[in-house]
Order: sequence, then structure tokens, then C-alpha cells
Amino acid sequence: MGGSGGGAAVAPPQNIMDIFVQQVVSGLATGGIYASLALALVMIYQATDVVNFAQGEMAMFSTYLCWSLLQAGLPYWVAFVATLVIAFVGGLLIERIVIRPVENAPILTIVIVTLGLVFILNSVAGWVYSYIQKPFPSPFPSKPIKIGQIVLGAHDLGAIGVTLVVLLLLFLFFRYTTLGLAMRAAAQNPASSRLCGIRVGWMLALGWGLAATFGGVAGMMIAPNVFLDPNMMTGIQIYAFAAATVGGFTSPFGAVVGGFIVGVTENLVGTYVSFIGTELKLTVALAMIIIVLLVKPSGLFGRSIVRRV
Amino acid sequence: MPALLEAENLEAQYGWTKVLHGLGFAVETGGITAILGANGAGKTTTLRAVCGMVKTAGTVRFQGQRIDGKATEDIVRLGIAHAPEGRGTFMHLSVEENLRLGAYVRRDRVAIAADFERVYQYFPVLVQRRRQQAGTLSGGEQQMLAVARALMSRPRLLLLDEPSLGLAPLVTREIFRIVRTINKEEGVSVLLVEQNASMALELADHAYLLETGRVVMSGPSADLQRDDSIRRSYLGY
Repeated sequence: MGGSGGGAAVAPPQNIMDIFVQQVVSGLATGGIYASLALALVMIYQATDVVNFAQGEMAMFSTYLCWSLLQAGLPYWVAFVATLVIAFVGGLLIERIVIRPVENAPILTIVIVTLGLVFILNSVAGWVYSYIQKPFPSPFPSKPIKIGQIVLGAHDLGAIGVTLVVLLLLFLFFRYTTLGLAMRAAAQNPASSRLCGIRVGWMLALGWGLAATFGGVAGMMIAPNVFLDPNMMTGIQIYAFAAATVGGFTSPFGAVVGGFIVGVTENLVGTYVSFIGTELKLTVALAMIIIVLLVKPSGLFGRSIVRRV
Repeated sequence: MPALLEAENLEAQYGWTKVLHGLGFAVETGGITAILGANGAGKTTTLRAVCGMVKTAGTVRFQGQRIDGKATEDIVRLGIAHAPEGRGTFMHLSVEENLRLGAYVRRDRVAIAADFERVYQYFPVLVQRRRQQAGTLSGGEQQMLAVARALMSRPRLLLLDEPSLGLAPLVTREIFRIVRTINKEEGVSVLLVEQNASMALELADHAYLLETGRVVMSGPSADLQRDDSIRRSYLGY
């Protein structure tokens, strides 16, 4: 998906090794995007045991907001940061207004609510912005970067960089700040967290806010490759599910590694297995989900849940 | 001087089932009060009711101020620390992170650092386990961690739920000894819930005996220790 967009403008590479490296790099670029979205899924899953099916649509909506800000004449990085702030507040509000009232309902109810969000966000975006595809700018130069014989898309490299910075910030936040620690505690043991004075409800809302923020990063980084349209995240969400499943839904680190694995695998299989090409790429993600669930249901880095009865 | 914690007519229910039927009890400032009783008498629920973790009726006063109906996290912020049933350990976090969470409501960084040293002095075994995942600790160590975590909030009142549960007698004795020291030297009042009546009566100055959600006897620990029916039913001699 991302690879084909980045690779199209580039002169055909010379030898087998160069093709391979190029495909790996563009796989890493899309993989980083899957990783961000997968991480958002895992964060919400860990805190509330809910798989947020609307994660992709939230990301799509954020990307449209960024587009509006750019149309209004804001410089790219200003619009980028402003979008992340809006996405954060939006995610927070969605938790408070939509998820909170069904907090204690059965899981299935909450899952249906997130599915409802998918359709609401999708149709509102279609209504406001129409379903016609729009080009979305990349903040990085369009000129490819040449290293020896290898030609790499500048946007691909930039997207990898942005993803890594975001992941690093997140890691530092959870590892070293008291608020990050409190969020982890609230996800693990809500009753005990309350006894420590932690406002658990707000921690969950913060989790949704952060998840929406990562989704926003993913959306803005993938949009230059896939064009902006209300359905742009549908496929990517499935890759993110694959990434989270491969890495393990209980492991944020696993989700990130899973994202890169899925991105690279998808690209390499699309390149080297001729009958798959671009049309059947999405099937690769689904196949990965099924294989992981059959062989190691808890994922590569996930904890299998043992309950004492 | 009014009691530090005072409950009147306290009722609690889970769903439709009433578990406490109008309890009254008090913890004096600087005192140790024990609530005794068999399994299912409502001991744990009493502590949960004080912390707003169950639906309650009646009044609970802390330092003269009504706290019934408040959210758990607000009650805790007033200076009540609860080492709950099952110990409330954050299993996947390190021992140190567990302790940091105990001090979550505080902002005085310097004093928090000093308190780390203080609780490590009380429980030296936690020092060696500092970076270890709390889930890998033994039962006794987890109980020590629960008390240490509660102390990190600098409470005025410490609620202890069956600290002896599942522990070897020697370990229990050690924990009780530390609780006594904390009470004597730092003036932290204690509300202790215990099945092990003889040890609890040794530690507490005042005790209440609970049967199916009602107080059936109360008084200074020494009086209860001498009471024939208590001796036969709960002390076993």
C-alpha cells in the first residue's frame, strides 16, 4: 500500500539486493504506521479490555482536520501539532460521552458502540468532506534519497523517523512519569488504584486521548501514500489488527514490533510472490492473523492469561 | 476529644444482599482497633464501607467530617490508607513502582524520597526486591509491600485487612510487630480486621466482635481476652 506509492516515482533499481533493501525500507515505513495504530488499539485494550474498532476512523477524521487546517493556510508542522491536540481532546471526549455511559455494560455492548462510532465518523467525514479522494501533502521533500545504488523515498524515511520519535516519547512518558505510572496501574488493577487515590475514570479517558493522538500521527503519515478519503483507514486498520495480534494484544512493545513485521512481510510478499501483487496484499494480513491465532494465540510477546479457579 | 474515625448505623449491601446491619464503631486518635469475627461476618465489607468501595447507608466520620458517600479516591486523599484483602499488589509493576503509587497523592518530592528510606528500614527485604516484579514476591513479602505502600501515603489512619491470611506465624508476628512500631512511633492509628483473634487482641487496645453483620460484643481488648465465650469460640482455650 504505502510501498507502491513511494516506489512509483522512483527510478527502477539496478539489482536484486537494491530492490530488496528498498522494499524493506518502505515496508518499515508502512510498518511504523501500523505500529502506531496497533499501539493505540493495545493501549485501549489493556485499559478496558475493549477492542476499539473505531480507531482507524478516528485517525481518518483527524487527518481530515489536518487537511482543513492546511487549507486554512497553516504551515504543515503547526497543523500537525494542532491536529494532535484536537485528536487528543476528541479521544478524551469520546470516552467521556460515548464510552463512559456503557462502561459497566457487557463487552459486546461496548464493541457495538465502537462499531457505531465507525459508521458515524465515516458518514460525517463523507458528508463534510465528500467521498472524492483528495491529495494530502507530505512534509518531506518529494525528491528520493539515493544511497549508493539504493533509492529511498524521502517520505518513507520521514515517516519512520516520526513514528520512532512518537514511540520514544510515549515510552518515556509511561516509564518515567508519575502520570504514566498511574495510567499503567489503573489499567492493571482499578480497585487498588483507587485506593492509591488515582482517578481511574480519568486515566481511561486519558488513554483514549493518547490513542486518538497516535491514530492521528498514523493517519497523517499514511495519507500522502493512499490519498485522503473517508475509507482510507479501512485496510490499514486490518493491518493494525494483524500487528497487534502478531505482537500480542497484551504487549505494547509487541504491537510495535508486530507493526514492523507486518509492514515488511506484506511488502516483501507483494513483491516476490507474483500472484499476490498489490491486489491480494490485504489477504496476507488476514493470513497472518489466522496463523498467529492458531499457533500462538497470545502473540509473540503477549502474556497468556492464566486464571486460578 | 472525638474519635478519629466513627461509624454509626453503618449498613452495606452487594446488589440486593445486605451484609452489614447497622454497625457502630470507633477508632481513637493514636489507637489500634480490631474487628474480629468468623468468615463471612462482614469484616472485609466494613473496611470497604469505610473507603466507599460498596454501597452504604449510615454515617462515617473521619476527623469529625462526614466521608460516607464520597468516592474512594477522595476518601484516600483525606489520609486513610487501606491495605486491602488480597493485598492489592500491582503484580506486573516493580516493587519500587508499587511504592511510588502509594505516594501518588503527594507532591512533596523530598519527603517522599525520605519515606522510601523509612519503609525500606521497616521492611529490609523489599530493598533487595526493589526492581523485581511484585507478582514474583512471596505472600509474606506481598503483605509487607501492601503495608509499605499504604505507609507511603503518610496516612493518619491505616486499614489492615487480615494481614495474617495465608502467612506463616513467624511472618505474621513480624508484620504485627512493625504495625505496633508504626503506631507507637509515628502516631498512625490502625483499624485492623482479623480472624486470628488472639494476635489481634494482643495488638489492639479496643476490639469489636462481628457476627453476620452486627456487633455482638465490644470493649477494651483486655476485657475481651478475659471473656469466657470469646475464649471458647475464638481463642480456642
